[in-house]
Amino acid sequence: MTNTSKPIVKVEDVGMSFDTKSGKFIALRDINLNIHEGEVITLIGHSGCGKSTLLNLIAGLTLPSSGVMICNGREISGPGPERAVVFQNHSLLPWLTCFDNVMLAVERVFAQKEGRDKLKARTKAALEMVHMDHAMHKYPHEISGGMKQRVGIARAFAMEPKILLMDEPFGALDALTRASLQDELIGVMAKTGATVVMVTHDVDEAVLLSDRVVMMTNGPAATIGEILEVKLEKPRNRLQLAHDPRFAAYRASILEFLYQKQLKKAA
Amino acid sequence: MTAAASMNPAPLAEAASPTVKNVSAVATEITKTDAMNDTTPATPAAAVATARYSAGEIITSVLKKVLPPVVGFALLIGIWAIVASRTQGFPGPVEVWHAAVEIFSDPFYRNGPNDQGIGWNILSSLQRVGIGFGFAALVGIPMGFAIGRFDFLNRALDPIISLLRPVSPLAWLPIGLLVFKKADPAATWTIFICSIWPMIINTAVGVTRVPQDYMNVARVLNLSEFKIITKILFPAVLPYMLTGIRLSIGTAWLVIVAAEMLTGGVGIGFWVWDEWNNLKVEHIVIAIFVIGIVGLLLEQMLLLIAKKFSYGNT
Repeated sequence: MTNTSKPIVKVEDVGMSFDTKSGKFIALRDINLNIHEGEVITLIGHSGCGKSTLLNLIAGLTLPSSGVMICNGREISGPGPERAVVFQNHSLLPWLTCFDNVMLAVERVFAQKEGRDKLKARTKAALEMVHMDHAMHKYPHEISGGMKQRVGIARAFAMEPKILLMDEPFGALDALTRASLQDELIGVMAKTGATVVMVTHDVDEAVLLSDRVVMMTNGPAATIGEILEVKLEKPRNRLQLAHDPRFAAYRASILEFLYQKQLKKAA
Repeated sequence: MTAAASMNPAPLAEAASPTVKNVSAVATEITKTDAMNDTTPATPAAAVATARYSAGEIITSVLKKVLPPVVGFALLIGIWAIVASRTQGFPGPVEVWHAAVEIFSDPFYRNGPNDQGIGWNILSSLQRVGIGFGFAALVGIPMGFAIGRFDFLNRALDPIISLLRPVSPLAWLPIGLLVFKKADPAATWTIFICSIWPMIINTAVGVTRVPQDYMNVARVLNLSEFKIITKILFPAVLPYMLTGIRLSIGTAWLVIVAAEMLTGGVGIGFWVWDEWNNLKVEHIVIAIFVIGIVGLLLEQMLLLIAKKFSYGNT
C-alpha cells in the first residue's frame, strides 16, 4: 500500500547464527525486508523458524551476524525507545502500579521536553486508550493476564515509537480475551497510524491485523518464504470478515504455505 | 549466571527455596487469571465460598490448628517433669516457673556490672547483634550487588568466600580481641563475620536471577544506570536480600550466646555462664526458653517484612 514511501526499517541480507556447544547454529539467512511507515506486518511460521529472533534483531536486543539493519537512516546498534517492544509475557514491573509502569517509559522519552503534568497526562491518555484507566493505580498482580497485556501495549504506544514491535503479544491469553485485545489493537492502530511488526502463530490474527504477512520457512537457516499482501479495507471487523470470501482466500494461502510447503517433519 | 550458580551450593539452595515457592504461586496465579474473563476479579467467588462456613466448622478448624502444638508442649513438659523428678539437681517445670516469675518480676535491676536483670542482658545481646549485623549489611549488600553484577569480581571473590564461610565465627574472636583490645567490640566483630556471608551470597544470587525480561525492558527504554538500579535491580533483588538478612540474623543470634560466654560482660550468653557458675540450673533453663522466644520473634518479624516486599507473589 504505502510502498512508495521511504522505509522506516530496512533489513538487508541479514543472517544470524549462534555459537552452541555442537558448533555454529544458523538461525536466519538472507533476510531482506523493508518496513514502511504506517504498515502493519506480521511474521508467521512454525515454532523455531526464527521469527522472534528477527524481531529481536529489529529491536536491537541482539545484533546480526551478517548483513545490515537500518532504522530511520541509521544502523541499528542496540535497543532504543524509538523501537518499542511489547513482550509476550507483558513484562510489567511487579513493584510498580500500572500507572508507574507506563510513566517509567513516558518519563524516559519525554521528560527532557515536557513538564511533570504533561507526562502524567500522556500516561493517563495511554491507559485510557486501552481502557485501563479504571485500574491504573493497581499493581500487576491485582489484574488479569489480558489486562496486564493491555497495560504493556499502553506502555509501548505511550512512547510514540517510530515502530512498534510485538512478540506474540496475545500468545499467553485465552481465545476470547485475545479477540477483544485484537479489536482493541485495531482501534489503537487506526487512531495512531502506528507502524507495527508483530510475531504470531495465529493465522486469523495475521490476516485480520496486517497489511503484509511475512511467512518464514522452517529453521535452521530460516528465511522469508513468501510475502502475502492483505488488501482488505480498514478498519476491519472480524464479524464481517468471517463471511468475506477474500478473508477465506488469504487464510487459505497462509495455511497452504504452513502446512503444505513448510510442513514440519517429525513434529 | 553460571558463575554465580557455581558459587556456593548450600546457601544457594537456601536462597532458592523461597523463590521456588514464589514461582509456583505465580504459576497458579497466571492460570487463574488466564482462565478468567478479562474483567472479572478473582475475589468475590472466594469470599462467597468462605462465607458458607458455619460457627461449628470454624471452631473445629481452630481446634485443628491449636490442638497439635498444645499436645506437643504438654508432652515436652510431661517428659521434662518425669526426667527432673528422677535426676538430682535438675529442676522440674514447677521450680523453673517459680524462678521465672521471680526473675521477670524485676527484669531491669542493676547491682553492679556483673549482676543485672535479664531484661538488660537480652537488650545488650540484641544491641551487639544489631551493631554487628548493621555493619555486615553495610558491607555485605553492596558487595553482593557488585559480585552479582560483575563476573570478574565473582570469580575473584568466590574462592575466598567459599574458604572463609565454613569457619566458625568464634575462631575470629581472638583476632577481634587482638585488634580491638576489648571484649565487647570483639563479640560484635564475630557477629559481623557470621552475618556477612549469607548477605553477600543471597544478594549476589538475587542480582544474577533478575528476570531477563525486566532487563530487556530497561534496555528497550535505554534507562540510565541509576534508574536501572533504583527501579529494577533493587526491587527485584530485595526479596533475596531479605532472605539473606533473615539467615544472618538467625545465625547471629546463635553465635552471640557462645561469643558472650567467652567474652563476659552483660549479655544473655554471659548470663547463662554466670548462672552455671552459681549453679542456678533453673535460670539456665529459663535462658534457653528466652533465647528461643527472642530468636523466634526476630524470625517472624523478618518474615513479615519479607511478605510485604514479595509483590503479591506469595
